[in-house]
Amino acid sequence: MITFDRVSKRYPEGHEALAEVSFNIDSDELVFLTGHSGAGKSTLLRLIMLMERPSRGQVLVNGQNLKGLRASQIPQLRRQIGVVFQNHQLLFDRSVFDNVALPLIIAGNSRRETGRRVRAALDKVGLLAREKDMPITLSGGEQQRVGIARAVVNKPRLLLADEPTGNLDPALSAEIMQLFEQFNQVGVTVLIASHDLALISRLHHRILTLRGGRLIAQPGDS
Amino acid sequence: MAIGASQSRTGIADRLRSWQQHHRLSAADSLMRLLRSPFSSLMTWLVIGIALALPVGLTVALENARSVSVGWDSPAQISLFLRAEMSQEAATQLQQRIQLRPEVAAARLVTREEALLEFQQLSGFGDVLENLDDNPLPNLILVSPRQRQLQAEQAATLQASLQQEAGVERAVLDMEWVQRLNALMLLSQRAVWALALILALGVLLVIGNTIRLAIENRRDEILVVKLVGGSDAFVRRPFLYTGCWYGLGGACLAWVVIAIALWWLRAPLSSLALLYQSEFSLQGLGLVGGLQLLLLGSGLGLLGAWAAVARHLSAIQPR
Repeated sequence: MITFDRVSKRYPEGHEALAEVSFNIDSDELVFLTGHSGAGKSTLLRLIMLMERPSRGQVLVNGQNLKGLRASQIPQLRRQIGVVFQNHQLLFDRSVFDNVALPLIIAGNSRRETGRRVRAALDKVGLLAREKDMPITLSGGEQQRVGIARAVVNKPRLLLADEPTGNLDPALSAEIMQLFEQFNQVGVTVLIASHDLALISRLHHRILTLRGGRLIAQPGDS
Repeated sequence: MAIGASQSRTGIADRLRSWQQHHRLSAADSLMRLLRSPFSSLMTWLVIGIALALPVGLTVALENARSVSVGWDSPAQISLFLRAEMSQEAATQLQQRIQLRPEVAAARLVTREEALLEFQQLSGFGDVLENLDDNPLPNLILVSPRQRQLQAEQAATLQASLQQEAGVERAVLDMEWVQRLNALMLLSQRAVWALALILALGVLLVIGNTIRLAIENRRDEILVVKLVGGSDAFVRRPFLYTGCWYGLGGACLAWVVIAIALWWLRAPLSSLALLYQSEFSLQGLGLVGGLQLLLLGSGLGLLGAWAAVARHLSAIQPR
């Protein structure tokens, strides 16, 4: 589903965020991406979203080389990827429902279809009763779950999460991870960047570790 | 892309419907946003309204002036002052002969008695004139050339040829003031156009700046929309509608301002017209002119918004 082939990212000011990173994530996999802050986790995710372009190497998402995508094709790519952010990136001027509906409106779904899918997604994260509330009235964990509902509402095959439990206590964090595992079980490829080693090592999934922009060999990797 | 296959397919008809739906939503939402902050919106509308009302109002004034001067556009009346010794009968014969000329539309004889009477009535020198032993005024033939004779040089040719008629003391063609008036009208028109251009530029800048602020205010929203796959057109749409609403609202206010100004001027103008025994009545913008003004306002709004959006929206990229 995701292939990095000797990918490097060097910023104009000379800082090398990623160096010669190569890995492959199969469909239906759930993979953790870990490392200290500044190790390049966010940069790696941004390359998949085409928020950045690599300096060298190639990124393939679902067999498609991102190098060939023009700027005008980026929205189409992003519609196929669900993203969860550490700071939720919710819009506080509109209701929970409208927040979750945003990707569907952008993708051009009918009103009825939008309503059905938003409620299904909110139901999945256990917030169906809060659809009319404003995000500001929700707790941090609830806000993160709204963010997850928005990420999955368009039924993406690929789900990216950047420190999704960064601001949450351990119990809530475990709950959120469970949600990701559930999506993974129904066939969604999930890539989660997290520095919460204690949490992710308890869950038995592959872990990619970045250090100084380089991928460290994993036990079990060939 | 194969990922798309697992997502719900959206057909062309669905896409068209959702495109229309987003246009409706953007239009309604951007209007609601303006109405939710009525004071600042009103300020912007007023600025645009005044900037539009000034040149459009002046154009209306010029149109009115032109409609007045159309009545004067055939003023090239040639006055033939006849020699004093010429008899009444000879004068009538001359008048009839001139009347038959192909380039003459009408020739009217004003006898010296009629002229004296008119002069007494209109000049207020009645008493003085009564004391005169003799009527000092000559017989007069007023010649109106046909329409096609109206060009200045043709009128001058006619004047010269009439001057040659026996018994004509002097043929007077007074066209200079018409030419001056026309030149003045042309100048005012140019000036109004220049003013209109400058003010239109001002409207563009006002709207562009307002839209720039709106973009800044909604920066977070733009970022999120771009992150979840909103196209540039999707992001742009609400701002373009906002610009349109600003322009349209400003144009509406301009229409109202012009209507009020005309209403205010109507009474004194009609009494002035009465003094000049003129049928003149003030012409307003009219329905078509008003709709054109609204179209112009919306167009300027759209253009200003487009400029702002093109400049500032691409700078907002998810980081």
